[in-house]
Amino acid sequence: MNKGYLLAASLMAATALLIVAGIKWPVPAALAYTGGSEALEHSYATPEAAVRSLAGEIQARQWNSAYDSLANKAEFTESDFERDVDGYNINARTYANVNNFEVFPLHSSPTDADVRLKLHWATVVGDIVTSRDLHVVKNGELWQPAWPYVKEPVVPPQVIPVNYLRWDVIYRGAGDDWGAQDVAAPNVRIIDMHPVERAEGVVVLGELLNQDVVPAYVSVNATLLSKDKKPIDTEGSFDEISHLLLPKQVTPFLIRFPNASLSDVGSIRMTPFSSLVPASADPVIEIDNEKLNPAPDSSLTGELINQSGQTVNVAHVLGTLYDKNGQVVWVADQYVDSALLPQTPVAFNIHIPEDLARKVSSERTVVASYSFGGAE
Amino acid sequence: MRLGLPFLLAGFAVSMQPAIAQNGEIGLPKAVEAGNPFSIQSSGSGKATLYIVGLGQVLKRDVNLGETISFPAGSLYHAGHYVVVLAGPTGTESGSLNVTAAGKPAELSFLAEPSRLPVGLHDGITGAAYVFDAYRNLIVAPSSVSFELSSPTGAAQRRTATTRDGAAWIAMDSTAQQGKDKFVAEIGGISATRVIGQVAGDPCELKMSAKSSGSEVELETDPVRDCSGNAVPDGTIVTFTESYRDSQSTVDVPLKRGVAKVDMPAHDGATISVASGVVMGNQIRWEGR
Repeated sequence: MNKGYLLAASLMAATALLIVAGIKWPVPAALAYTGGSEALEHSYATPEAAVRSLAGEIQARQWNSAYDSLANKAEFTESDFERDVDGYNINARTYANVNNFEVFPLHSSPTDADVRLKLHWATVVGDIVTSRDLHVVKNGELWQPAWPYVKEPVVPPQVIPVNYLRWDVIYRGAGDDWGAQDVAAPNVRIIDMHPVERAEGVVVLGELLNQDVVPAYVSVNATLLSKDKKPIDTEGSFDEISHLLLPKQVTPFLIRFPNASLSDVGSIRMTPFSSLVPASADPVIEIDNEKLNPAPDSSLTGELINQSGQTVNVAHVLGTLYDKNGQVVWVADQYVDSALLPQTPVAFNIHIPEDLARKVSSERTVVASYSFGGAE
Repeated sequence: MRLGLPFLLAGFAVSMQPAIAQNGEIGLPKAVEAGNPFSIQSSGSGKATLYIVGLGQVLKRDVNLGETISFPAGSLYHAGHYVVVLAGPTGTESGSLNVTAAGKPAELSFLAEPSRLPVGLHDGITGAAYVFDAYRNLIVAPSSVSFELSSPTGAAQRRTATTRDGAAWIAMDSTAQQGKDKFVAEIGGISATRVIGQVAGDPCELKMSAKSSGSEVELETDPVRDCSGNAVPDGTIVTFTESYRDSQSTVDVPLKRGVAKVDMPAHDGATISVASGVVMGNQIRWEGR
């Protein structure tokens, strides 16, 4: 009993100590979420420090003080600035916060400097990075950043005719006889599958085809089997796949097995899942100027153009990279950081691991899109 | 809880099996057809209680020993094995009887798979029929079920299969023409109908044409059909790919009114190809007109 009391007392004392430490020396990132700007680092002694201060205020969503610190605030209003940072339309960053930021000096002189600011947004789909190059000018003894304001893209008033094509599904009822017919799940097929060994473990790559005439919600699971046919691990493609496949559409998929080794694997059991879902054939998104850029900074770049009339709030770009024999060597993906307005190009830039970039000979890009308040 | 008493009585009756063999004073029919009237002959005198216990049904009746106990039609309707216990003033007698499914089919459960398949598939459609009587008892006696698959053109495939342990099954080919087929299973005037959607197969001879439209090239496929001439349904994705120097543009376009149409950047010397799923179409080299 005495030992129990001693343990309880120790835990209470440790908790009290941690609470006091948290109040006395709060973590700046945590403080930012509480809205406490007074503890933010405010220094304008160097160009980097000035940009750092601005980034801290953006992180704390202190729009007023962030706007006040800008050298070019006469060019736009505070709300323009806020919307330029947050995104003009509902997108993946709308309900996200800046988790952390990085500052890189690009050029410096006694009177001005250029600094790159990378904001890391913690979104529901993971880390999304936005990058802006800020011009910083010296005003007296202080440095003031100028925000590279990007004006809100305006879509000219127009009528875009859409032959709205949509599938709706009526499933069997709960009270139907057990023999009553139900709508069959879509017929999907894995048309390519290829395991590769990476430093972080085994990665299974491949492509899935919806060979049916109805839309399919798809996912893929893979189970690594040892040489004596015993399961080692089962993982799914999670979001590294385009989940909605229209008839005859192909999606790449990538399944990660952290800490697994290909030498332990005897075979792989693939399990594709598909279910029939209501879906729309729109929006159509054109992927323009796709380019494979060689090392260093090997990447797949291009532009997305929403050819439909509705705004696409979140676009997920998946690039399938092939070697010269047409075999999949990697699947790279990126969530685009802004909404796709009709007929307005939005650039994407997907990093390709440098060791794989040398093997890549061709690519194929698909886009999964999500619209709030509308069909997928 | 509801099955507690039947099990208790069944257990009790099983424990009495040697007594049945010795006394044998309860006259039971060997088998009763579900829903039919039947009677049990008792012997002796005095009052007794008769229990008939099965897995799905229990009957209890106060009887005068020595009389014939009659049960009207519909008294026992669940097929299966029943234990009969006659509890009298001096002892208990027991026996058993079997209730069999009625001979006349009254209901058909018909499983047809799949609900949708491509045209021209050998043995692609399967049907399994389960035959039941009016009380939903599976009729296990062999009986003949006829299957008919008819296409919208009126052409029909007919087959007959004999039930085994209450089920008959069959496989049929999908025809070359798309549409909604009627798949009917029939026995003794009872039928069940299912609808099988026969849909177009993969596109065949996918072909596009291109024409100049200002700074863009307007691409449009010919009406997309499968190898049997069926129109591939709207919504099917057609992928246009334009390769120019070291860059590429791609659009996944759904078929609308049978064709896929898109505008892409016009670059002299660009190569434009079209595909749908794993089927490749033609290729065009754009020279500005």
